[in-house]
Amino acid sequence: MIQYLTNNSATVLAALQQHIMLALLPVLIGFAAALPIGYLGVRFPWLYHPLINTCGVLYSIPSLALFLFLPVILGTKVLSPVNIVVALSIYTVALLARTVADGLRSVDTTVTQAATAMGYRRTRLLLDVELPVAMPVILAGLRVATVSNISLVSVGTLIGVGGLGQLFTRGFQLFYMEPILIGIILSVLLAGLADLIIVLIQRAVTPWARFQRGGAA
Amino acid sequence: MNFSYLLDPEHWDPDATGGFPQLLLAHLGYSALALLIGLVIALPVGLYIGHTGRGSFIAINAGNAGRALPTLGLLMLMVTLLGLGLLPVLIALTVLVVPPILTTTYAGMRALDHGVVDAAKGMGMRPWQVLTRVEFPMALPVIMSGIRSALLQVVATATVAAAVGLGGLGRLLIDGLSVNDYSRVLAGAIVVAVLAVALDLLLALTQRWIVSPGLSGRAVARTRRATTT
Repeated sequence: MIQYLTNNSATVLAALQQHIMLALLPVLIGFAAALPIGYLGVRFPWLYHPLINTCGVLYSIPSLALFLFLPVILGTKVLSPVNIVVALSIYTVALLARTVADGLRSVDTTVTQAATAMGYRRTRLLLDVELPVAMPVILAGLRVATVSNISLVSVGTLIGVGGLGQLFTRGFQLFYMEPILIGIILSVLLAGLADLIIVLIQRAVTPWARFQRGGAA
Repeated sequence: MNFSYLLDPEHWDPDATGGFPQLLLAHLGYSALALLIGLVIALPVGLYIGHTGRGSFIAINAGNAGRALPTLGLLMLMVTLLGLGLLPVLIALTVLVVPPILTTTYAGMRALDHGVVDAAKGMGMRPWQVLTRVEFPMALPVIMSGIRSALLQVVATATVAAAVGLGGLGRLLIDGLSVNDYSRVLAGAIVVAVLAVALDLLLALTQRWIVSPGLSGRAVARTRRATTT
């Protein structure tokens, strides 16, 4: 396996790089879109259930089907990487809009009431109080979305662009295990690393969580 | 947009090889078989870990590991190791089904109100009775959510498995791509998407039906409605 890596380091690195791009770009797009959508679901309670149901339906569509269905809607080429980015963004939004809504709903009403009594207006209440308090829930959703995006990207190789998935098809065509194993290991490592980074971010943005745990015990 | 393949009645003939009914049936067959094997493995292990608390490390991390594992890579690895055929694909599908069920079964058992379990013991229930009559029914909503995500996973992966030679609806996508017949690809994508959504809905309804009404809040709502009117 080391042998294969040293002989094909350029290919593997290029695949890895493409994989990171294809997986993380949708996470950013999806996260940015999910925040306002999730907020709407809380702000207008009648929207909550339709929103959750739509997200559930979108999330249940198999990835390969979505990759191949999007060209009709977007007018893109069937083998375009844009389809993969959009498809994974849709999954991310579907997953995160719900977590954002649930996170915001889980904020203790006494906290929001206290903030309102202190003179917080709606926008500042949301940005300075509700969002930070909901952050652990939202970031837990973000971890799930990121990890599953990273593993889904490789399916894209069936339509020609799949980051590390290219190693799978290459190995499969040659009936040669090495590239497939390397692809799987790198993909899992990448997912683990991304997960770890989000955990560290969570620690940084919710410093009170550590004190609470230490203080209460 | 070209729906000619999807709407061609010839492709809906139940006897036609490669027609929708046969592909659908094959697809459902693989998925159901893998889900069944996965349930037989994951459910008892999850219940055991949840009931005793032993080996919880495995149950917690199984879900994450399963999510991180690239499905296509696993499929192609299995086929490369074991050769073409149904068995390697079935193994790969089962490997994907186990983690979500295992993790949610454990999580459902752990999330139970301890007072209820203690009360059951206090009433003289044996450990087996506590498990089957109290813990399992109460953990069922969470377990069902795991089974639902496992089913979605397996239906999606069975589609991808056409790339390693498996039959089923994925054939329309893979074959359509290779001969540049987008009408066929689109037909396959639509049928697969509809199948996944329909199956998820079906399981959601099953969940409503098998979860005790006392747990879902429906019984409370019913009595409340009855008393107010």
